[in-house]
Amino acid sequence: MTAELAGASMQVEPEVSSDRSGDAVKLRLAGRWTISANAALEVAAAEIEEQAARFGSAIIDLASVEAIDTAGAWIIDRARMRLEKAGVKVEVRWADARQQTLLKEAQWRSFEERGPRAKPEGLIDLLADLGKSISTATRDFVAGVAFLGEVMASFARVVSRPASLRPTSITFHIEQFAFRAVPIILLINFLVGCIVAQQGLFQLSRFGAATFVVDLIGVLVLRELAVLLTCIMIAGRSGSAITAEIGSMKMREEIDAMRVMGLDPVDVLILPRIIALIISLPLLTFLADLAAIFGGLLVSWGYGGISPEIFMARLQSAVLINTFLVGIIKAPFMALVIGMIAAMEGLKTQGSAESLGRQVTSSVVKAIFMVIVLDGLFAMFFAAIDY
Amino acid sequence: MTDATMTTQSSKAEEAPHEIVISVREVTVGFGPKIVLNELSLDIYRGEVLGFVGGSGTGKSVLTRAILNLVPKRGGTITVLGQDLDGLERENRRALERRWGVLFQHGALFSGLTVRQNIQVPMREYLNLSQELMDELAMLKLDLVGLARDAAEKFPSELSGGMVKRAALARALSLDPEILFLDEPTSGLDPIGASDFDELIATLQKTLGLTVFMVTHDLDSLYSICDRIAALADGKVVAAGTIEDMLASPHPWVRSYFHGKRSRAALTGAKHGS
Repeated sequence: MTAELAGASMQVEPEVSSDRSGDAVKLRLAGRWTISANAALEVAAAEIEEQAARFGSAIIDLASVEAIDTAGAWIIDRARMRLEKAGVKVEVRWADARQQTLLKEAQWRSFEERGPRAKPEGLIDLLADLGKSISTATRDFVAGVAFLGEVMASFARVVSRPASLRPTSITFHIEQFAFRAVPIILLINFLVGCIVAQQGLFQLSRFGAATFVVDLIGVLVLRELAVLLTCIMIAGRSGSAITAEIGSMKMREEIDAMRVMGLDPVDVLILPRIIALIISLPLLTFLADLAAIFGGLLVSWGYGGISPEIFMARLQSAVLINTFLVGIIKAPFMALVIGMIAAMEGLKTQGSAESLGRQVTSSVVKAIFMVIVLDGLFAMFFAAIDY
Repeated sequence: MTDATMTTQSSKAEEAPHEIVISVREVTVGFGPKIVLNELSLDIYRGEVLGFVGGSGTGKSVLTRAILNLVPKRGGTITVLGQDLDGLERENRRALERRWGVLFQHGALFSGLTVRQNIQVPMREYLNLSQELMDELAMLKLDLVGLARDAAEKFPSELSGGMVKRAALARALSLDPEILFLDEPTSGLDPIGASDFDELIATLQKTLGLTVFMVTHDLDSLYSICDRIAALADGKVVAAGTIEDMLASPHPWVRSYFHGKRSRAALTGAKHGS
């Protein structure tokens, strides 16, 4: 036993030497037949097969083997089996008690019954994947409509029984989604306001129309940019948080615990979050409008020489109240979409943490995608009603 | 189960004097102001199954984690297979880590890999074997731990609790270690599953010549497969020895543990078994 301990540090490779006598061969194995011998183990095993292959019978002598483990025993027994298949009679001799147990335990057996793994088939697989994605997307859409119905039903229940509204939860989530997001929303929109102003000035001054930058900023920011950026930010920030919260509750069976207590997770978890989002997003969009216009004003002043007084005066003539409202009206719908996607993805979480990560990613990606699609639909709608 | 016990005990008797495989000397571990292990000393001999018991939160798992270098210790030395863990360089440490296998309480199987891939992780990391041999060895380990072969291509999330433990044991045995750490191996298993698992550990210990360090709550495991037991209380080993030594121990916690109703039931069970 102590020899084995010392041997581990200075590795003795497995070796095979052979003695032939007529049609028989005696293979003497030496060294350490353990998995730490690494590739040498396979080389040695191949040597057993090679050296015995031409003979009618072979004796494998284990007397001078220093150490053996399941991998060693397996590979010796595999060599024995392969030789026997090739018509060589093999006998394993002088194995001590421990080696015998190991050889018995690690006896060769076929693992063929495991069944073949599916072979990849380029084009067919591609088409199959495409088909799967399309059917998943369709199912997602149907599930989305069903879920919207559930949320609306829950909302109707709350409206009919205002006592079941959860003001604490809603306030808490407004703090999480809106109040705590204020700095980042202000900063990102301020920067975008600055960038739009700088580019606008740079491009428009070539036509001598630098002052139109105010119209550009006003219309672009109020109608599209502020609300879009806010939504993308919130989808990433709060949408992911909702998915992670609901997903981890699903993972730990907390959702099931709620159900058996007669609590509807849509009422308790999802509706308060969606209501909080619907309240938060217009507020944040309003702040985003202010931050972006402020950024535009500063850049126009410093870079384009448009004084704040002139900026404000032009802004008032450039934008009407409906320009501002177009942005704000979109916000609650975006909030509904973000909240629903986040909650649905959270509920889809399976048992593993990996699946939670996947759902969070897909929640953010889907939410941002849907927000942009929705924005496009709104643009068509407002153009059609000439608002 | 008792059949295996008898053989292990008799084989243990032949091996005297015992070679110390793990030696823990005056190890202190604490978190913030709380001292969990206070100058604890413990020896683990080659070829034995040591059961490590203690109340919840007394630091049983902490000792395992300290030996495995997963929590830092404040003082003392831990020697594994003759090597002081603190003095080891990275290379030697990795070489040493190949000689032990760990079964974590919840299996800790990598969720993104199938069972077969899980078992092959250490082989891939440390060795350069052909895929064919790695596949065969993985299947062999599955057979050894008594898992059906179709479990090989399953993901951990598709396995039941008992199967997860067996798969994790197969992974722990992947490199044919000399020492096996088991953290509450039978927790969360039904009594039949637990006694099967005990039996499996005893069989593997015998065939593979393992030294087993087992943190456990399970009195049946203690009676059926442990050669020696160490009891932890107040940050120290308050009693170490065979079941008889435990039953004779005057320490109040050990007394209440081994003289409780459940313990008596387990003892009767073990006696009937033999």
